[in-house]
Amino acid sequence: MTAPAPVAPANPGMVTLTIEGRTVVVPPGTNLIEAAKTAGVLIPHYCYHPSLPVAGVCRMCLVEVEKFPKLTPACATSVGEGQIVHVHSDKAREARKGVLEFLLINHPLDCPICDQAGECELQDYTFAEGRKDSRYMEPKRFNPMEDFGGDVLYVPNRCILCTRCVRFMDVVAQDPVLNVSERGDRAYIGKFEGHDLTHAWAGNVVDLCPVGALLSKDFLNKARAWELDRAASICPGCSQGCNVMIETRDNVVVRIRPRPNAAVNQHFACDVGRLDYRWINRRDRLEYPQVRTAQGLQTASWSEAIAAAAAAIAEASRVTVLASPSLSNETLFLLSRIATHVKANAVMCVPRGPEAPLAGAKDLALRAERAANHTGAGLLGFIDVIAPLAGLGAHDVVIAVDAAGALASIPDGVRVIVIGTVLDESTSASTVAALPVCNFAEEDGTFTNLRGRVQRFLQAKAPPAQVRPSYRVVSELAATAGVGTYPALAGEIFTVLAATVPAFGGLSYRTLGLQGGPAALLPEVTA
Amino acid sequence: MGYPHPSHPDETPVISKYFGDAGARSLVGWQERGGYESLRTALATDPVEVQNVVKDSGLRGRGGAGFPTGVKWSFMKPDGKTHYLCVNADESEPGTFKDREIMRWTPHQLVEGTAIAAHAIYAETAYIYIRGEYTEPIARVTEAIREAYGAGILGANAMGSGKRVDVHVHKGAGAYICGEETALMNSLEGRRGNPRIKPPFPAVAGLFAQPTTINNVETVCAATHVLKHGADWYKSLSSPSNPRSTGTKLFSVCGNVARPGNYEVGMGFAMKDFLWDLCGGPPAGRRFKAIIPGGSSVPILTPEEAEAAVMDYEGIQAAGSLLGSGGVICFDDTQCMVRQIARLCRFYAHESCAQCTQCREGTAWTVKILERIRDGEGTMKDLDTLLEIADNMTGKTICVLSDSCATPVVSGLKKFRHEFEAKIQKNRSSVMIPSFSTAAA
Amino acid sequence: MSLHAIAPHGHDAHEAYVPVFTGARRAELDELLTRYPTRMAALLPALWMLQEDRGWVSPDGIEEVAQVLELTPAYIRGVVTFYTMYHQHPVGKHFVQVCTTTPCNVCGAEDVVTAFLKETKCGELGVTSPDGRFTIVEVECLGACGFATPVMINAALVECVSVDSVKDLVAGLD
Repeated sequence: MTAPAPVAPANPGMVTLTIEGRTVVVPPGTNLIEAAKTAGVLIPHYCYHPSLPVAGVCRMCLVEVEKFPKLTPACATSVGEGQIVHVHSDKAREARKGVLEFLLINHPLDCPICDQAGECELQDYTFAEGRKDSRYMEPKRFNPMEDFGGDVLYVPNRCILCTRCVRFMDVVAQDPVLNVSERGDRAYIGKFEGHDLTHAWAGNVVDLCPVGALLSKDFLNKARAWELDRAASICPGCSQGCNVMIETRDNVVVRIRPRPNAAVNQHFACDVGRLDYRWINRRDRLEYPQVRTAQGLQTASWSEAIAAAAAAIAEASRVTVLASPSLSNETLFLLSRIATHVKANAVMCVPRGPEAPLAGAKDLALRAERAANHTGAGLLGFIDVIAPLAGLGAHDVVIAVDAAGALASIPDGVRVIVIGTVLDESTSASTVAALPVCNFAEEDGTFTNLRGRVQRFLQAKAPPAQVRPSYRVVSELAATAGVGTYPALAGEIFTVLAATVPAFGGLSYRTLGLQGGPAALLPEVTA
Repeated sequence: MGYPHPSHPDETPVISKYFGDAGARSLVGWQERGGYESLRTALATDPVEVQNVVKDSGLRGRGGAGFPTGVKWSFMKPDGKTHYLCVNADESEPGTFKDREIMRWTPHQLVEGTAIAAHAIYAETAYIYIRGEYTEPIARVTEAIREAYGAGILGANAMGSGKRVDVHVHKGAGAYICGEETALMNSLEGRRGNPRIKPPFPAVAGLFAQPTTINNVETVCAATHVLKHGADWYKSLSSPSNPRSTGTKLFSVCGNVARPGNYEVGMGFAMKDFLWDLCGGPPAGRRFKAIIPGGSSVPILTPEEAEAAVMDYEGIQAAGSLLGSGGVICFDDTQCMVRQIARLCRFYAHESCAQCTQCREGTAWTVKILERIRDGEGTMKDLDTLLEIADNMTGKTICVLSDSCATPVVSGLKKFRHEFEAKIQKNRSSVMIPSFSTAAA
Repeated sequence: MSLHAIAPHGHDAHEAYVPVFTGARRAELDELLTRYPTRMAALLPALWMLQEDRGWVSPDGIEEVAQVLELTPAYIRGVVTFYTMYHQHPVGKHFVQVCTTTPCNVCGAEDVVTAFLKETKCGELGVTSPDGRFTIVEVECLGACGFATPVMINAALVECVSVDSVKDLVAGLD
């Protein structure tokens, strides 16, 4: 308990130490795993997770610190001035090799049928530094699979008892429905009969599990990890703007998982955001542009369709732009330009649902506003309305962008320019032109979340047939309708947007990166 | 005294003086025997002074680690925070049963020692955590506390000192690991008895995240005598040749021995005399084969090593083992060491809390290999594997349960390897199969 | 034990659960709560009360304790399964625990176990005898090693049990 003599810091206010021969300067109180990350050194670990309290139980992150009597767990050791840390010394490697051997003695050799294979930390570290053979000659422990409720399946035989799931449900979800039951090598992750993993954020335990013990029932047996293509995106499910990764196999979205962003969603995503992706893959799409002729809606070329839409706008005595608040800032910006030019009302309808907070995480919830870009739409001049078509009649033209649901009953005489992914039967009779556009996963863009954070999402899959990005279609419509000339690429449109709308001043795709940045006019609550 | 046997003249009964004396159990009986005088003195003394007397006495923790008690108490500063004292009565180390007798016969001795320690660390609340299996000790201590509250010894104005001292019994529920100090705190808080990572140390954030001191039953009882008779007196009870181990120590003796029981001797007692004169040597007609001198977690000694040892912290360490909790386990020449080491490891595998990988998996694996060897299915390679597993289990986990399981394997293989080899070779003796000529078949 | 060893409660023959923590028991618990700064700290004592009254820690009992102490049943299950003295199943009228850890083992404790299994007709460890009177288990160190073989029969400890004394001991139990 005697404290070592204090060493004068080489960098005042910071701690300077050496990890694997590299000098690291970090704030006091940083643990060795995080400190090593800053030097590009990965200290292998299982139970440690930056968004969870430290448990220090897997003992995988044991490192050698000079002058320490024995190996120390890097997760539970704070940096000290002048420390010299060895991650890959013989002693540390031997210790990890020992842990890997212990973890594997009862672990089934079922990687070929395990969903985690390819993204399994037990597999990776074993491949990197484990024993090449097994010395274990005894029967392996067996416990049957169990449905934990929600989207979660528990395969106890693969469990390494790192307790990340237990700590998440206890400390972050604040709904302790998981426990460690029994003790010694009989221990397993347990729950209480009748109390399932029904918490709105429970699906995170699947991501947190470093091995294949907790699996998503939705993703079960769908794809191997190495078959997936991944794109950084933003969850469109609500106004929180959780950073996510969209994973596709052969151009089909098969899984959505959170992408870490300390300022927005830490490492988490709610179950709604994870599981509500099937609509992205819908094939009952509008795949070609259409225009109304005497024979009804007929397939047309893009230039014919854009021209028909522009003509309808020109003929109209009044135009209403009804946009989805889940469109990108780029598309909404161009729509607002059209609206301003033709003196149209720019309106939107926001779907709502029950709010579901993640109690242990700051300012993180499935928000009641179930739209990705309500804030951005507001900044770009769109007004919330409940009945967008009220009071409209003959000579009114509505430009409905991804707003099929808001067009429940269309007053007689109203003509509609449909820009969207799916042609709604209810609108077809009044449609003058239908312009098929990408959904958010098929194009690039940005959303502004409820705290004003502007965040980029990247194209995750190719659109079908002649479907085009929404910003490009609206850009062409603006040009044809005589509104003005705008670029054809999302990033270039954003540059114009930033130069035009003060709230977005100074932002660019380059500065936003993949973690986003704040819109100037809104206080950044989560920063 | 060598309860349940009459006291041996070579013993120095201080803590154990009233073992077997039912009259010492009641408050009146305890007061007639000089009880609570120490507490009265302590409550009138500044805590720092109490710490200093105990520091001077050289008293070291009797739970196993041997940390100087006065120094431990001096970590607790009057900082305005709520302090707690935990008394560790979760006596679970196989071979150890001294605290049981202290609580059964002299529960007031424990209550008095607890109150003194609480005062010394600026705590108003003390919890005595007694293992759930100790039904009689729990009843005795609970009754003693009730009597002490009734007499104003405990409570808001302890012995009229104006100081508050509350003492509560907390009953365990069957888990060896709760004898580890931070596991005990978790258990007391209503959690699984998982040892905690340190830092923070208990003196900074222990029970209910408050500064906490944890002492063994025997330690706080010894402190009452230190305060009563002084540091010099306490030091005079032990061999003057080793000032680092002072006073008396209760040794529990069990296994294959003529007179099992609790013996209290001055530190520095010759182990040969202890085993033969006090404990009567091995059962009639048998010979000692092995001695574990400090509870099941310490290295096994051969009789020769044990008999050459001096019974204090340094002496037993010099002999290649540890004083530990003072539980002396004797094995005679009828015992199979493979069988007994396997059984000992089974204890640790059963009691592993399941937190650390090495312990959870290593203890169970060790047992499986040892039982296979015991059953004649072992190979010579298993012996190397056992030692490598033991190495991987040592010094790498939150607490030392894992190390404790490895200890008998390593010391057992070092000292009784021939028994393991005999088990392995018994069913696998080399047999030459004659050569058969098949040429003219 | 396996994951599925805990049978789901709430089956057809399920009788209405009668709470433990009412009246005097509730008062006893409330007094206990004054000893600790958190409600959670009263968990082990509350489980002891539950077991004393009902003979085991049933799922319904866990739900009641969860409610009283403002914890979740899953949390309590994690704690209950950590401690070996809480019965996760009903046990015989006389719950007999024979210490067989090394110090007692070298004194013949395993033979004492065998004698108990034979004398009580339990036949097998952990199984309750056909008449419902006995359950025999091996237990790790009871902390009475100098009195080999110590045997706990419910809350009573019997010191120095030998193969020869088992018969009389069993005969003396009702």
